[in-house]
Amino acid sequence: MNIIEVRDLYKIYNEKLLPVNAINGINVNFETGEFTTIVGPSGSGKTTFLNILGGLDEPSRGDVIIDKVCINQLSESKKTDFRMKNIGFVFQSYNLIPVFTALENVEFIMQLQGQSKTERTSRAKELLIAVGLGDRLSSRPSELSGGQQQRVAVARALASRPKFILADEPTANLDSKSTENLLDIMEKLNEEEHVTFIFSTHDQRVVNKAKRVITIEDGRVVSDVRK
Amino acid sequence: MILTFAWRNLWRNKLRSVVIIAAFAVGIFAGIFFFAFTNGMVNSRVNAVIGTEMSHIQLHKTGFLENDQFSLRIKNVDRLLPQIKKLPEVKAVTDRMIVNSMIANHETGLGVQITGIDPVNEIQVTDLHSRIVEGKYIGKTDSDAVIISKRLAKRLKTKLGDEITITVQNNKNEIVERQFQITGMYETENMLFDDANIFARKVDLANLTGISGNEAHEVAVLLQNNQSTEAVTTELIKEFPDLEVKNWLQLSPESGALVGAMNEYTYIFTIIILLALSFGIVNTMLMVIMERVHEIGMLMAIGMKRLKVFLMIMAETVFLAVTGGIIGTLSGWLVSAYFGRAGINLYFWKEAFGEMGFSSMIYPTVDTTVIINNAILVFIAGLIASLYPAWKAVRLKPVDAIHTV
Ligand SMILES: Nc1ncnc2c1ncn2[C@@H]1O[C@H](COP(=O)(O)OP(=O)(O)OP(=O)(O)O)[C@@H](O)[C@H]1O
Ligand SMILES: [Mg+2]
Repeated sequence: MNIIEVRDLYKIYNEKLLPVNAINGINVNFETGEFTTIVGPSGSGKTTFLNILGGLDEPSRGDVIIDKVCINQLSESKKTDFRMKNIGFVFQSYNLIPVFTALENVEFIMQLQGQSKTERTSRAKELLIAVGLGDRLSSRPSELSGGQQQRVAVARALASRPKFILADEPTANLDSKSTENLLDIMEKLNEEEHVTFIFSTHDQRVVNKAKRVITIEDGRVVSDVRK
Repeated sequence: MILTFAWRNLWRNKLRSVVIIAAFAVGIFAGIFFFAFTNGMVNSRVNAVIGTEMSHIQLHKTGFLENDQFSLRIKNVDRLLPQIKKLPEVKAVTDRMIVNSMIANHETGLGVQITGIDPVNEIQVTDLHSRIVEGKYIGKTDSDAVIISKRLAKRLKTKLGDEITITVQNNKNEIVERQFQITGMYETENMLFDDANIFARKVDLANLTGISGNEAHEVAVLLQNNQSTEAVTTELIKEFPDLEVKNWLQLSPESGALVGAMNEYTYIFTIIILLALSFGIVNTMLMVIMERVHEIGMLMAIGMKRLKVFLMIMAETVFLAVTGGIIGTLSGWLVSAYFGRAGINLYFWKEAFGEMGFSSMIYPTVDTTVIINNAILVFIAGLIASLYPAWKAVRLKPVDAIHTV
């Protein structure tokens, strides 16, 4: 089943002054349960693409349809709501709220969704245990390593039971061991819980783990390989 | 949740928050204390006006207040006094003669107002008897005794027991004079009052001027409390249409105006302080938002609505103001209450205060409505100061905020 349909997508930055064609006509579909990585040289448009997929940025032309909803036509406030309910985000950095513990960070998004305290806490604990941080529930982000922080971010992204998780270079700031560890967790969640992941990377070892590799160059898909 | 978030955010940069909170605390402390101080000053002035100078209500023959003509006298005082006294709000009442006179000794002469009092009733109406600093208050039987102020004694270079000559016009417009003996000296905080007033028995003055003891220029009424002033004034006006009935606010309009003006000034003072502090808060919060651009972007990206972000920044700002406000209010209250008991003695300004009619001993008095109004003002200041930073925060676009390095 197609969870995301991308139709004829274009993104031009600075259209008036100094146009930069970041996305030049992308057509691609994503299915539930996929484990996809977007690769390509620097400046090829990966970040731009993921931002548009996540409803953080608007395309200049074309549509992104998520579960039959054309998200680029939603109002700003509806889009925020849509993101909260449907999309999990893992960013390269600044993922976590520094004044909250790991547990509270994971609970936060469920709180935005209006879930009850007991429901939140038990699910947040469960997820943190799943990412291997069962013993760090009450640590604040500053007390966690970069890899641990990214694992909390993955747990947080999962907490809202999103349709898919977008991650723009989630391992860019991690050493190779933490990278491997994070990828293993993501892979496990994908295989056991059928969580859909779409992430970009520069790291060849990360690419090797992916089950589908989409290569972008100059804002165009130049190859799309499933293993 | 937003409140917890905001409260914890407050302590991310402890020093900065503490500085802002302290600034607010000091500002509010100053506001409260200044308020209590002026309030105490005004109260003591009002008490002096009522207790020493005016009492609550005075009755005169119409026209007497304008030109204190000797012939404008109230008749049949012996029937009038009990009539007033029987009103439940009235505590005490007394009658007086008021005569302009020249007093002289071998050194010099001066014009003063001599008030003829009924020594027994006067004690119940004014506190003149408690203001005696040398000698004693006039007794019922002390004929031809006079009380003058200490200041006046100094000017006349006279002392207790000395005789002075009092010269007045009698009821036939003839100049008459008599020797009085200084048996007491008084002192109030109001130097103008001290310079202009001396006291003797009313019977002696009546005798000297040749009028009946059943006549008076002034009837002074002391009430059980200040609150019933207006009501009793109205009642007495109805009861004595041929007399001029005036309460202390009307007799001394500057005292009433003073109360209002002091209130206004202190509110203006507080608002100016708050305004200055609010600029500090706005500045701090703008810095906070600059520092948290990424975080705010992330929050909006994962689904925190703009309204919630707005409220969060607002709450954080209001917390800063209100925390400082609470500390300032409590300390201001405590310190004012302490000095309200102990008093603040501004003896080095005694002269200056006295010339304005104020006591140099000040008992700050805290007024709960002032505390409440202050609290409301602080809250409003916090809210207003939060608007711009909060608006700045929600104008961030998540995508830009996340990628700003
Ligand atoms: N906000 C922007 N304004 C103008 N141009 C932009 C903006 N963001 C990105 N671009 C341009 O769009 C193109 C695609 O950028 P993008 O960040 O999507 O590439 P990327 O594949 O993520 O690169 P990297 O691997 O370095 O992260 C680049 O040429 C970039 O300079
Ligand atoms: Mg990128």
